[in-house]
Amino acid sequence: MISTENLTFQYSPSKKFQFPDFACADRETMLILGKSGKGKTTLLHLMALLLHPTGGKIQINNKEISELSVGDAARFRAQNVGIIYQKAHFVHSLSVMDNLLLVNYLSGQKQAVEKARHFAESLGFADHLKKKTTQLSQGEQQRVSIARALMNNPSVILADEPTSNLDDDNCLKVVDLLKNQTNEIGASLVVVTHDQRLKDVFEKQIQL
Amino acid sequence: MQTNVCLNDMNLIKISWSNLKDKPLTSFLSISLMALGIGIISLLLLVSKQLDEKFTRNVKGIDMVIGAKGSPLQLILASIYQIDAPTGNIPLEEATKLTRSPLVKTAIPLSMGDNYQGYRVIGTNEKYLQHFEVEYAEGKVFSKAMEVVAGAKAAQNLELKVGDSFVSQHGYDGEGHKHDEQKFKVTGILKTNNSVVDQLILTPLESVWAVHEHHEEGEQHADSGANALKLLEEDGSHNEEHEEEPKEITSMLIKFRNPALGMMMARNINQNTTLQTATPAIEINRLFALLGVGLDTLKWIALVIIIVSGLSVFVSLYNSLKERKYEMALMLSMGATRIRLFLLLLLEGLMISIIGYAAGVLLSRLGLWVMAENVEKNFHYDFNVLSLLPEEMYLMLGALVIGLLAAALPSLGIYRINISRTLADE
Repeated sequence: MISTENLTFQYSPSKKFQFPDFACADRETMLILGKSGKGKTTLLHLMALLLHPTGGKIQINNKEISELSVGDAARFRAQNVGIIYQKAHFVHSLSVMDNLLLVNYLSGQKQAVEKARHFAESLGFADHLKKKTTQLSQGEQQRVSIARALMNNPSVILADEPTSNLDDDNCLKVVDLLKNQTNEIGASLVVVTHDQRLKDVFEKQIQL
Repeated sequence: MQTNVCLNDMNLIKISWSNLKDKPLTSFLSISLMALGIGIISLLLLVSKQLDEKFTRNVKGIDMVIGAKGSPLQLILASIYQIDAPTGNIPLEEATKLTRSPLVKTAIPLSMGDNYQGYRVIGTNEKYLQHFEVEYAEGKVFSKAMEVVAGAKAAQNLELKVGDSFVSQHGYDGEGHKHDEQKFKVTGILKTNNSVVDQLILTPLESVWAVHEHHEEGEQHADSGANALKLLEEDGSHNEEHEEEPKEITSMLIKFRNPALGMMMARNINQNTTLQTATPAIEINRLFALLGVGLDTLKWIALVIIIVSGLSVFVSLYNSLKERKYEMALMLSMGATRIRLFLLLLLEGLMISIIGYAAGVLLSRLGLWVMAENVEKNFHYDFNVLSLLPEEMYLMLGALVIGLLAAALPSLGIYRINISRTLADE
């Protein structure tokens, strides 16, 4: 679960964001809608411990994370937060399977080949595990990046515009998979987007 | 299952290797440059070492060579290494007279001029064989004219056995006219001696005279040659008058009792007789000094190539780091430490160095082998191809340092990546 309180972030004196408080419990899904320039990515990076908040609090699993040092934040993120980006990026030279195992490796966990196969099976890219990621379509790539976010059994999954590069068909399919898989590992899912197509599929929503 | 996990295991080496494979042409260029530079230096090291060994081994114990006036280097090359034409002939009597000096410990006469299918037939005496401490694989030493002992390499390549006979040809290249009248008979085959003897066919001096006399006078002159020889061997004073034409040899190898005093004798010979003396050590140093300039130049060129290889690693890593900035930020966000990613990139430079070094050493061995084949054909000199030199260990160290430095500079860029901004920038 994740919750925020009086969260602010300041890039410069003139560019300052103030975010509404919210909480997202385990197995709960939440949509954060906002037009560009409203600080969607900033909020996501704050939750992902990629940015340090100027003020306010963030709690993941009841642990206050805004106070963590850079090194601790990196370790905490690696083990507790899975991130899905707008455009699926991978380590170009590695295969799909290796990109999944990389998550385990870099966070110091056991490399879970079977788990990777299981996700590939449920997300429908089991045939592509040996391929390079560039050989996959965008929809497939986005599904691989969902699997990647799940590899360490995180308690929070953060998705930044996960559907904006996908057509309607793929869009709904990907969101569906995202919700199911998050639910399966018992994590909270927070999706940040301006994609109006997602309005109808999330019950809990906040507007920036 | 267990093996499966192992095969799929991720680690820095695997990622580095994948990155190298992902840019095959760039990696190939860097590796080729490194291999070329290392290969040239390694080949130079091998060749100079082998030459040095060959030249030193063959020269051991010989303080001076007496021969006809001409180039002293040529006299040495012809008389000791058997790789050049001799400067001419000298009267046996005059040479013998000189060697009766108490300063001279041993004097070995050599007479050249014939070959059998490119292998030199050298007229000499048993002292030459003793000097090289030869051992017999088969048969025994020659006891009279027209008998020969063949060196290991010569016997092997000419397929000579004890009891075989053959006809020699005039000159040194196997294309001179044949001395059909006189047949040589093999009485002994030598074991490999790792010296110039391996490439030679040795016979008593008398044989050479016999072969080159007019047919009808052959017998008689061979005998009188033997008389002149007695002068040399018995060291006695023969006052008999010989009326036949004087016998000639090509050169005389001299061992002194005291080399320092011997030098004075050498000066005296050069100034007061028609003969000349040459000192192997001096001539070979001169030869190496001449070769050295060329070798040094090549070494510098090879060093420049290695540095260019380092530059190529530098540029390719610098460029790929720009391209892979997002990838790096991604890995950082997944919990990779910066030092780990720095090592990842260092490893890429290191791998190029190691592969380039290995390829270079292989290349140098291949080059030496090709050279050995050619040199053996032309000069009957062989090279030992497989030895690994201690200098090549330093070369490896150098290659690694260059690879590391070339990779370290661009890899420092890892420490400047702003994760959030890079990931947000897309």
